[in-house]
Amino acid sequence: MGSRDVLRKIIGIDPDEPSKFGFASKQRVLDISHNVILYLDDITVSFDGFKALNKLNLTIDAGELRCIIGPNGAGKTTMMDVITGKTRPDTGSAYFGQTIDLTRLTEPEIAHIGIGRKFQKPTIFDQHTAFENLELAMKTDKRVRRSLVATLSGEDGDRIAEALRLIRLDREADRPAGLLSHGQKQWLEIGMLLMQEPKLLLLDEPVAGMTDDETMRTAELFVSLAGTHSLVVVEHDMAFVEKLGGKVTVLHEGSVLAEGDLATVQNDQRVIEVYLGR
Amino acid sequence: MTPRARTPYTIRLFSMMQRGHWIALGAFLAATLVVVPILNLVVPEGSAFHVSAYAITLVGKIMCYAMVAVAMDLIWGFGGILSLGHGLFFALGGYAFGMYLMRQIGRDGSYQSDLPDFMVFLDWKGLPWYWSGSDSFLWVSLLVVAVPAIVAFVFGYFAFRSRIKGVYFSIITQALTYAAMLLFFRNETGFGGNNGFTDFKRILGYSITAPETRLVLFGLTALLLAATLLFARWLTTSKFGRVLTAIRDAESRVMFIGYNPLWYKLTIWTISAVLCGIAGALYVPQVGIINPSEMSPANSIEIAIWVAVGGRGTLIGPVVGAFVVNLAKSWFTVSFPEYWLFFLGLLFIVVTLLLPQGLVGLWQAIREKVQNTRAGHATPGEK
Amino acid sequence: MIRHFLVSLIFALALPAQAALDPQLVRQLTDEDSGTKVTAIRQMALAADPEAVRVLKAMAEDNLFVAGSQVVIIEGEQAFDAATGKPVKMPASPESPTVNNRIRGELAAALAALKLLDADRAVRLQAVQALQRKAEPELAPLFERALKAESDPQIKGLLAIAKAQADLGNKDPAVRRAAVMVLGETTSPAIRSLLLPLTEKAREPNDRVRYAAISAVKAIDGRLSISENLGRVFTGLSLGSILLLAALGLAIIYGVMGVINMAHGELLMVGAYSAYTMQSIFRTWLPDYIDWYLPAAIPLAFFAAAAVGVLMERTVIRWLYGRTLETLLATWGLSLILIQAARVLFGAQNVEVSNPSWMSGGIELLPNLILPWNRIIIIGFALFVLFLVWVLMNRTRLGMFVRAVTQNRSMAGCVGVPTSRIDTLAFALGAGIAGLGGVALSQISNVGPDMGQGYIVDSFMVVVVGGVGQLAGAVWAALGLGIFSKLLEGWAGAVIAKITILVCIIIFIQKRPQGIFALKGRFVD
Repeated sequence: MGSRDVLRKIIGIDPDEPSKFGFASKQRVLDISHNVILYLDDITVSFDGFKALNKLNLTIDAGELRCIIGPNGAGKTTMMDVITGKTRPDTGSAYFGQTIDLTRLTEPEIAHIGIGRKFQKPTIFDQHTAFENLELAMKTDKRVRRSLVATLSGEDGDRIAEALRLIRLDREADRPAGLLSHGQKQWLEIGMLLMQEPKLLLLDEPVAGMTDDETMRTAELFVSLAGTHSLVVVEHDMAFVEKLGGKVTVLHEGSVLAEGDLATVQNDQRVIEVYLGR
Repeated sequence: MTPRARTPYTIRLFSMMQRGHWIALGAFLAATLVVVPILNLVVPEGSAFHVSAYAITLVGKIMCYAMVAVAMDLIWGFGGILSLGHGLFFALGGYAFGMYLMRQIGRDGSYQSDLPDFMVFLDWKGLPWYWSGSDSFLWVSLLVVAVPAIVAFVFGYFAFRSRIKGVYFSIITQALTYAAMLLFFRNETGFGGNNGFTDFKRILGYSITAPETRLVLFGLTALLLAATLLFARWLTTSKFGRVLTAIRDAESRVMFIGYNPLWYKLTIWTISAVLCGIAGALYVPQVGIINPSEMSPANSIEIAIWVAVGGRGTLIGPVVGAFVVNLAKSWFTVSFPEYWLFFLGLLFIVVTLLLPQGLVGLWQAIREKVQNTRAGHATPGEK
Repeated sequence: MIRHFLVSLIFALALPAQAALDPQLVRQLTDEDSGTKVTAIRQMALAADPEAVRVLKAMAEDNLFVAGSQVVIIEGEQAFDAATGKPVKMPASPESPTVNNRIRGELAAALAALKLLDADRAVRLQAVQALQRKAEPELAPLFERALKAESDPQIKGLLAIAKAQADLGNKDPAVRRAAVMVLGETTSPAIRSLLLPLTEKAREPNDRVRYAAISAVKAIDGRLSISENLGRVFTGLSLGSILLLAALGLAIIYGVMGVINMAHGELLMVGAYSAYTMQSIFRTWLPDYIDWYLPAAIPLAFFAAAAVGVLMERTVIRWLYGRTLETLLATWGLSLILIQAARVLFGAQNVEVSNPSWMSGGIELLPNLILPWNRIIIIGFALFVLFLVWVLMNRTRLGMFVRAVTQNRSMAGCVGVPTSRIDTLAFALGAGIAGLGGVALSQISNVGPDMGQGYIVDSFMVVVVGGVGQLAGAVWAALGLGIFSKLLEGWAGAVIAKITILVCIIIFIQKRPQGIFALKGRFVD
């Protein structure tokens, strides 16, 4: 065993991968020349014998707005975990664009190359103000040494103020985020996602707990984002999915059951079986 | 909130704290650097205003503890990481500086040897390699910073990289300081075994027991405590501080917006260890002894209670807590030694159960209540 | 002195054995001259008949007297003729012969050697065991003679070893070599050190004997290290079972409530002091049944520790639900109070808890491997408690509730599990098990106010290595850590062993942050 292998084995440092020591040190460029932003190929994840994902194949086109539906335990959240680096697949590959292998990157690295994620349960920084939440999310150099001397420029402030208006929190900017309502928290998290300027947004049940009015405005926002961004939305609310209008993928037992527009999918016999029981 | 333009660093420094806080800091420095020395040296001993050598040593010691408490607060109060092994870094700084003090004894030890007494006793013929250069004040000062930093960095890198958090991390740090204590108890380790280092004679050639030396050490401790507070203030109000508290509150979100928590945690962890090391180095010449019991798990947990009593997540809290608990300790151990552990135990329970924000939180709550009462009941709930 | 005796013994062995005691010889025992006495004693020893033993014994016990020309043994009011053993009339004025220290020594040695030929098997066994340690070359003929007469296989084996030891000093290399070969089969550090000189050229000029000695020492070393390591594994197992009792409770409490109980070590202390209290009660009121204090202490320890646990849970821990780091501090505070309370109640010094008589001693597996009963019983006890806990967790409603709360507290609450009562019961159970561990601990280590502190780091390590709320993990981790640390201790010393283990654990956690038996899945954050 060479010394490099020893390093790799024992302490997990890969000397050939400088990114471990500071993820911004190596520039990764997103290549969407084939107009596809995300490839999931033959991905399997098992937890103690239970296959959360079973040979999942999925591709997302650049600028697409894709809805993922499926019953509980279909593997929707696990799929997002794989894309964002939280869970490593047992087999299969996940590529962002043509060149970037997601299975080799850490969560912050994946965030850095342009994949943003919104959790099922809104996770924001309760002790920080809404303004600070957005400031922290804003796309910038996120290494420690920059953070020690970072100051907020005028343009940055303007961008944050603009985002606050977009998510209708401009009047709540200086309140601790923990005091916001559930719907407002969902919006704040979406706002944070936008501040990251991601190429691909993963949204896990973004409208849970929102009023109908808020839900409709969220749908409008997502539709306006599509084209310049690619979005993957996991949702149970069919009215919301219909409003989004994109292609729908049905997951069942860890693999794709059906794909197509909402009407096609809803008339698919297998899908009906899965949802209504046999 | 209005967008801020780039401001000069001096202004940013001063806008870091409110004016009242600057005044308090100035008053603290004036008291420790001017008033106390005068009361100690000039005012005759019989006078009611005389400050005794005992009091100076006690307060000097507690100021060292206060630095440790601030360091602990940075990692626990702001970073959400409870270390039960900070006594280790304190002791490492103390031992590093203790090596210098041992070398300064020269041939005045019981065996009139160039080697420290305990080495003569073990029949060692020369200094071990890690003692080389320990007669240089500069080299040792470097060690005081570097040794805790390296130990903390290496340990922290592995711990944070494997995402050990919460109680797991606390327990592992406790095991770390416990292992180090066992190591330092061994005579073969070369740090005096059970007895550690003591019987110091000189520091930089000056007698270590002279009143002037004591006052200089006292003043230096006060200055460094003030510097620690300013540094901590700057750190926690920077973007770094905001990321840190964000990690404390929702670590996964921080990762998914592109910050690598490993480096943030590791940075504050190492800074905290270094501050402890410096405090330890100031502690040893004032108290005159360092031994492995400083690394006992019980000592490290006590640090946490200073912070908890004062109020974590604030910077003045740890200082207040360190003073309150340690003054209580010196009073109890003299007046009611058998009740001290009961009191300390109750303090742990009462503070965690009833005063989660500590004394500072209690003070703020009382002040708000008083203000509300004064403002009348017309607008309750408003600040 | 014994050497002189033995030398003359060998001369005497060449003579035919005398059928009856020679009155002349008996008479010599009472001679004025010590030298004459010694010669007589030696000759009588060689006679090796029960009559000689009787006379020599009487002389050693100052029951031999001279009355005119008669030598008599006086026992109580009755006198016997020394030579024939027949009762005789009590002489008027018996005189005691002078028995000085030299003579006493001669008598003792003669009696010891004679015991090899005693009719009683136990006496012979004792004699041969005693002579193992001083098997002088001069004794070889005696051993040989005893070997011929001996029928008991155990004593025969011991005699053969003793004879081989004696033969090591023989002038004939072939005899020496044969002796070395015999001794090479043994497993005793003492014999190893006897053979060691024979591996040096200066001490053993004969090459063949020397080579035989070298390989014999090697063979003994091999067997010795096996049994030493077996011994360490065994000590490790018993340490592991105590860690297991400590860690089981810790793991149950952590699993159910997410609380690391820093006062857990003090619950061990409560258990140990319960054993002490029960011992004191038995000493005062039931001194005849003192051996039974330990079984009586077990329920007391369980309920005392459980009561302390419930008190802790009700007054402090339940108010800190979800604030795990604060719980760490609060339970530490509880531990300080418990330590100080023990000091006030029982004094700051360690108290003495003794093993009941049925726990002392041990099983000798190999000459240098004795398994003490107290450790065997502790291992058995731990396994028994483990079995009970397993039954409780897997076969009862309470166990089902506890497992439900461990896996998903809010869901368990929703389906009607009384989570807050389960918390208290789980805490009581965990504390009670720690109390049982304390009773076990009281049998092999000191009982004092600070005893819990020494075990807390170890039992945390068990929980860390074993994994969160995983009882199976705790079992393997406890036994593994116990054995591993004792083995390391044997090779590297206690401190280095401890440090090595802590470092190993820190490295181990790198690879398996959730412990050996990790829960996997998206529910784990």
